[in-house]
Amino acid sequence: MLELINISKTFNPGTTDAKKALDSLSLNVENGDFITIIGANGAGKSTLFNAIAGSFITDSGKIKLDGRDITLMSEYKRARQIGRLFQDPMRGSAPGMTVEENLALAAGHGGWLSSTSKSDKKKFRERIALLDMGLEDRMGQQVGLLSGGQRQALTLMMATVNPPKVLLLDEHTAALDPATAEKVLELTKNIVEENHLTCMMITHNMQSALDLGNRTIMMNSGKIVFDVKGEKRKCLTVPDLLNEFKKVSGKELDNDRMLLIDD
Amino acid sequence: MTLGSALTLLQSAGELGLISALTVLALFLSYSMLNVCDLSTDGCFTLGATVGAVVAIAGHPYLSIAAAMGAGIVSGLITAILQTKMGINSLLAGIIVNTALYSINIGVMGNSSVLNMNKTVTVFTKTQDLLKKVGMGGQFKLIVAAAAVLLVCIFLAFFLKTRLGLAIRATGNNPDMVKSSSINPVFTTIVGLCVANSFTALSGCLLAQSQKSVNIDIGTGMVTIALASLLIGGVFTSKRKIPVQIIGMVLGSFIFRLVYTVALRLDMPAFMLKFVSSVIVVIAISAPYLKQKMPLFKRRMSLRKEGGTV
Repeated sequence: MLELINISKTFNPGTTDAKKALDSLSLNVENGDFITIIGANGAGKSTLFNAIAGSFITDSGKIKLDGRDITLMSEYKRARQIGRLFQDPMRGSAPGMTVEENLALAAGHGGWLSSTSKSDKKKFRERIALLDMGLEDRMGQQVGLLSGGQRQALTLMMATVNPPKVLLLDEHTAALDPATAEKVLELTKNIVEENHLTCMMITHNMQSALDLGNRTIMMNSGKIVFDVKGEKRKCLTVPDLLNEFKKVSGKELDNDRMLLIDD
Repeated sequence: MTLGSALTLLQSAGELGLISALTVLALFLSYSMLNVCDLSTDGCFTLGATVGAVVAIAGHPYLSIAAAMGAGIVSGLITAILQTKMGINSLLAGIIVNTALYSINIGVMGNSSVLNMNKTVTVFTKTQDLLKKVGMGGQFKLIVAAAAVLLVCIFLAFFLKTRLGLAIRATGNNPDMVKSSSINPVFTTIVGLCVANSFTALSGCLLAQSQKSVNIDIGTGMVTIALASLLIGGVFTSKRKIPVQIIGMVLGSFIFRLVYTVALRLDMPAFMLKFVSSVIVVIAISAPYLKQKMPLFKRRMSLRKEGGTV
């Protein structure tokens, strides 16, 4: 489905600040996989997402999506097949436009000069009602008036209104208060299951890294150092993960935002 | 002031206000929607005036409008390509195009800096002839300008509701979002600036034809005048729906010209126009910023009174 073959990326090459952010990384994501990704600060988790989404072109290696080589494809073209959510809830929607306009933009139905049809408007309303946040009655309101949690939930709807081939979630609940975070996570789970999406999620919550999805990978220094799925993953506990990290990296897992235990 | 002179005053403010409203609407698209401050506006306004004049003098009154708008599109395209494809800062791109257009405009006028259209047939003279038959010959400028503004307003209201219009608005509203979405910001910026500059050129074309002459300075300061009008219009309508905002732009342009014409009557010298428009832009843009700083300023002042150091 999504194949990463030996991709590498060095920032500031040839200078004293040179940093190898991705180091000959290979990963094969199966159709319907829900992979959780953990790792210390600077391990290359977000860089991995940037590489997949095309925010930069990798220095070497190949990226294939559904057998098609997308290594050199520009970001906006990849965005039709790859949905993405960021930690910052303000990043995924246009504050000066209405809820409906944001959804219409994300759906991208019809030609460039067509306007949003009545049936689309009705569909958007029904979809947004699934969030159970009362947003269906605020379709004409500017998104800038919504709370962070509401905006992130809207962004989730926008990213999945046309089910993407791959959904990338970059700590998308980290900036929300615990109750809202749980709600958005629950919504994410439902939407991913309903649409049978292939999904990759970066998280700093070790427990949800094991609870969610079917596969967990751990990154360190631009490499995948631990990859677990199936029966073996089911028996895994948070202390096991920490041990594993110590074994591969020779140090404690230090991440100032890492939640080592379930909160 | 008699009723008669008040009406003349309103009419002249209406004519000028409507014609420059087209430039205000252009900036509404580029500045308010796309968040690009297009400093090629002055040159593009003059380009519309010179191209429109030359084609009209050649005997094509209707084609002159299309030619002026076409020239505006090309000008906008170049400004857009400089900033999206060639790594030139958007303000600088506008200034560069503006400078180049000075030469182009002199060239269009056949190495002259003035063209006279006293005997030229234009949409204005055509309308005047038509209106004379119904005894409304005096209103021809107002009617042509109003028709142009109405068409542009309707177009803009529909355009901004289309998928392309939404994409243009998003490009200006949240560049971060657009960067990681399936919208190509290069494409939306190019289309937005092309459309906006076609309005600017139309504005210049109509102003030249209504005053039956064009000179190389006709567009000087237009960007500031239009920004002042835009900000005045925005005071009433900035948070409203798009069609209301569009009407606000036209109103802003009218109010600006009205205040200006009244000031002229009150013996303000005509050369003060550009100074006044600059002051309005400074006030309108800095007022929200200064207002936000006010509480801190007040606290500092009171602390100083109490003998503290700040």
